Amino acid sequence: MSEQTPSVREVNENQCQICMPLGSVIAIKGIEHSMVVVHGSQGCSTYMRLAMVEHYNEPVDIASSSLNEKQTIYGGEENLRKGLDNVIRVYHPKVIGVVTTCMTETMGEDIGRMIDTYLTDRNLHDVDIIPVSTPSYSGTSTEGYWTAVRDIIRYYGNPSPPHEGINIILPQVSPADIREIKRILDLMRIQYTLIPDISMTLDRPYGILYEKIPPGGTSREDITRMSGARATIQFGYCCPDNLSPGAFLEEKFGVPLHNLPLPVGLKNMDRFINTLISIAVKPVSESILLERGWLCDAMADAHKHMAEIRPVIYGEPELVYAISSLCVENGSIPPIIATGTGSPQFHRHLESLIRDLDFVPLVAEHVDFALIAKESDHLGVNLAIGHTGGKVLTERQNIPVVRTGFPIHDRIGAQRIRNLGYIGTVTLLEQIVNTYLEHKYQHYRQRIKSEYFDNGGKINA
Amino acid sequence: MEITCSQVIGGTNSPCLAERQNSIITAGKTKNRIHCADDSIAGAVSQRACVFCGARVVLNPITDAAHLVHGPVGCASYTWDIRGSLSSGSEMFRNSFSTDLKERDVIFGGEKKLTLCIDEIVQKNSPPAIFVYATCVVGIIGDDIIAVCKAASQKHGIDVIPVESSGFISGNKIIGYRAAGNALIHLITPKEGEIIQKTKKINFLGEYNLGGEKWLVERYLREMGIEINVACTGDSTVASLKQVPGGFLNLVQCTGSMHYVARLLEEEFGTPYIDVNFFGAYNTSDSLRRIAQEYGEPHMIEAAEHLIERETERIRPEIEYYRTKLTGKRAAIYVGGAFKALAIIRQLRELGVEIVFCGTQTGKPEDYEQIHGMLNPGTVMVDDANPAEIERFLIEKKVDIMAGGVKERTLAHKLGVGFVDHNHDRKDCLAGFDGAINFAHEVYVTCCSPVWKQIRAHPDWEVYHE
Repeated sequence: MSEQTPSVREVNENQCQICMPLGSVIAIKGIEHSMVVVHGSQGCSTYMRLAMVEHYNEPVDIASSSLNEKQTIYGGEENLRKGLDNVIRVYHPKVIGVVTTCMTETMGEDIGRMIDTYLTDRNLHDVDIIPVSTPSYSGTSTEGYWTAVRDIIRYYGNPSPPHEGINIILPQVSPADIREIKRILDLMRIQYTLIPDISMTLDRPYGILYEKIPPGGTSREDITRMSGARATIQFGYCCPDNLSPGAFLEEKFGVPLHNLPLPVGLKNMDRFINTLISIAVKPVSESILLERGWLCDAMADAHKHMAEIRPVIYGEPELVYAISSLCVENGSIPPIIATGTGSPQFHRHLESLIRDLDFVPLVAEHVDFALIAKESDHLGVNLAIGHTGGKVLTERQNIPVVRTGFPIHDRIGAQRIRNLGYIGTVTLLEQIVNTYLEHKYQHYRQRIKSEYFDNGGKINA
Repeated sequence: MEITCSQVIGGTNSPCLAERQNSIITAGKTKNRIHCADDSIAGAVSQRACVFCGARVVLNPITDAAHLVHGPVGCASYTWDIRGSLSSGSEMFRNSFSTDLKERDVIFGGEKKLTLCIDEIVQKNSPPAIFVYATCVVGIIGDDIIAVCKAASQKHGIDVIPVESSGFISGNKIIGYRAAGNALIHLITPKEGEIIQKTKKINFLGEYNLGGEKWLVERYLREMGIEINVACTGDSTVASLKQVPGGFLNLVQCTGSMHYVARLLEEEFGTPYIDVNFFGAYNTSDSLRRIAQEYGEPHMIEAAEHLIERETERIRPEIEYYRTKLTGKRAAIYVGGAFKALAIIRQLRELGVEIVFCGTQTGKPEDYEQIHGMLNPGTVMVDDANPAEIERFLIEKKVDIMAGGVKERTLAHKLGVGFVDHNHDRKDCLAGFDGAINFAHEVYVTCCSPVWKQIRAHPDWEVYHE
């Protein structure tokens, strides 16, 4: 049994989570020809844009219904309609996600009804407008993300003819990670619909014609066909059942769900490949076997260093679970495994991961960095793995951070970080070890000298 | 009016909303005033932030205060350590505290939780003051943060100051600046019976010590025999801010955020103020001269002249070098406030760069008149621009370099345009004579970088699709 999050506090000091609508926006950006209208005050959309622009290093356009005092009293419907008009006029989207904010949820805005009326009044048939309810006080970006993916799939959820393809449902991962998953599926010669696909929309290569809505994303037609797929693979191991898009497809259309951990690390990646084999009954590409071999080689190179590393792993549950699994299988026991949100699934899966370890890590849900910092001190953490928030650990406690996850605002290249697959795992593993080694080699001479020499040879002086 | 919009203008590649047509004018070609200082249009994808953001960035640099955002957790996480302001002492301001309201609190009210959070912060951190920011939800559910703050002040014997910054209030960041201004006045105003003695020191309002800019200007002033009392709010402390009434003169740099405070201070404490601007060599020299003249002491005026001559000579060769490289380049400016726009226009001009596009998020009519006066005919001016408009003018006006904030940067880069960061998170000093060199250097390295030519040259390979 893992320890519970210690001492209940009221104040959240230095946040380890971002707000719920942001997760929805990222998911909607993975749909082809889509735009987003945030129903709330102007600032919400601007903060979300900033957070995404700084992370993906891409232009990110998010519209707002720009509510002011008057609308907060009399209702925001007029503004929402105007916002939709203007977005359609300038962006010509095929899909518009309308996400709520804590403000409009508190006002009790019924966006589903407003959208229906709008579509009827405007007689619009070529734009799909999908409402997503994201009251920030009820969840984090993780829940917002799953809510949007589920609502999008549900929106297009009609029975469709059975076909050979499979569904791939992803949590929030980087554009480069998505490209890696696609490459693996292509190597396995498997037909698939992958959702949401931000691999181009939030990482478009230079040199193609600049368009306001970037190319790429999961198409409406493909989403419609998901109900006829042979199976769903969802990397939503920690996703709560009520938000699970894969569970929806299974319950509603009988598409068998394989809910897997993100394919980071040998065990998780093997599990993904084995699942693909079992679904498609196809042989494995030789390249994949070679890549697996390179990872095994890297694991041998890394293992003794890994045993010295005591990492704190924090961030979004799927990534935190997968990286914890990577560390454990390589002989590194993370003293702290933390997330700014939480779910029974997260807790349960981690418990079985850490059950037989030499010491029991602290698994902490709904944390802030004040707690992570304090426990890192107590538990002798010497490396952090997670997003930019961990920079406080470096500044104040001299703990280096391997940056991965969202958001990364103080380095370039977050959109190109690749942690998935055998090859992505090699990169991550090496980065973990090398960050640790750089730190160790910088300090070990001084550390040993002060331990054995500076005390004048006295033990325990 | 050169640009006329029907539904959209410029075809599908560069559409602009009809409702926005009065917010876009061309210098020298119209007698019409630009439409500005209004609420953003729904769906227009404004680059503006909100009232809360305005208040948060103004107060954030008060180094030893705790900043507690009252609302669901999002607003706090977006503004955690949001500025590049440097501190000579406490780092408390770089923490972000949130009351992290949940559904239960939204239904039953968040006052109780706010009280508990204040107690907890006092117990753990003992800050000399806590600023409590209202967010949208708090404004709607009607938490009485004034009463809670007052009770907490009495209980703990420290300043617990409410900041009325619900994001939906009309008028965006400017109103947030005002909310911050009111909070500052709350802090500054001496308690009953307290008397703050007048000194010969100056207060430096609207200076946030990004990249140590306050410290650099402080050096100049010291050389002239003038001491800074306190800056509002760069590298300030709660105790030092309480000395504001003792100032001899208030300098106002970021006018958008601090004119309001300067006027209140003049009314309340009789402290006069002058506008200054330490961005660019010309503005820096001009500001130093005017400060010396306010004191009217010959030795100060002499020291200022000496300093200006020495520093101008020192940086001249480097500036000249960049000027030869940059002359004839075309620039776009899109920034938050007019003060910054004016400073950048002048600095780019000094480097031989032509301004072809200029806009702000929060400019007022008088600001735009001033900007208009500095621009060449044909320059496009836009208030509250959106990405579609910025994209259009970057292309149409053949821009080589853009100055702006984070959101504009990625768009510029995508279009192969160099970019200078002039945002509130920047890490480098852009003020004073040193800053003039840093700015020129940044303009040069991005404008004349070897990467643009290479990435624009697209290979004409025959391509097959897998």
